[in-house]
Amino acid sequence: MLKIYPGPLPVSELLSEWYGAHYDENYGAMVNFVGTIRDEGGIDALSFDIYLPVLQKWFDGWKAKLESKGALLMMAHSEGDVPVHTSSFACAIFSPKRRVALEMLDAFVEDFKANAPIWKYDVREGKRIYAADRSTPMDGSGLLAGDG
Amino acid sequence: MVKVEFLGPIGKEPMEIEAKTLADVAARLKEDPEVAKWLEQSAVAVNDTMVKSLDIPLKEGDRVSLLPPVCGG
Repeated sequence: MLKIYPGPLPVSELLSEWYGAHYDENYGAMVNFVGTIRDEGGIDALSFDIYLPVLQKWFDGWKAKLESKGALLMMAHSEGDVPVHTSSFACAIFSPKRRVALEMLDAFVEDFKANAPIWKYDVREGKRIYAADRSTPMDGSGLLAGDG
Repeated sequence: MVKVEFLGPIGKEPMEIEAKTLADVAARLKEDPEVAKWLEQSAVAVNDTMVKSLDIPLKEGDRVSLLPPVCGG
């Protein structure tokens, strides 16, 4: 399940919903990750653009990978402005045993950082500034820069 | 004609160009300084599927998307 929210995530509701939907399905482990905006560098908020068609395909690939291990994957992300001390990213994995959930959460979040089509901006004094120094070229970048 | 879309911070309106392959798209985009500076760091999708070869044939109405460096979370 992939959900996109305008602005901050309702984290408590999401975690409660995910746990409530699956706690009695014989999964021995639920591992979750929540990303919260820190107050640093003088920002008021972070802001996000998302390209949903490619994000959905990327997520569906991970969901299928987790399902092949008997695990479930869910994720939510914000679009638009997310003020400091609120949250923009949440995900959870349910698996029969803890090892798969712990390892896959790490791998999922790392690949999310590298290949989920989401763009981050700092918001300062109402201006939106692309976080170029914290961004990573996706796999396959530079294709059109080669000998065309 | 194929439609070329520039996602996220590239911040440029889509353009329609004549192209039979991604190599044709590359050649055309290199002529635009505003876009050319993003090419080295951008990934490419055709009709929302990520691609890794310039030989991909394109047909009328296809959409080519440029995806610059990402940072979710």
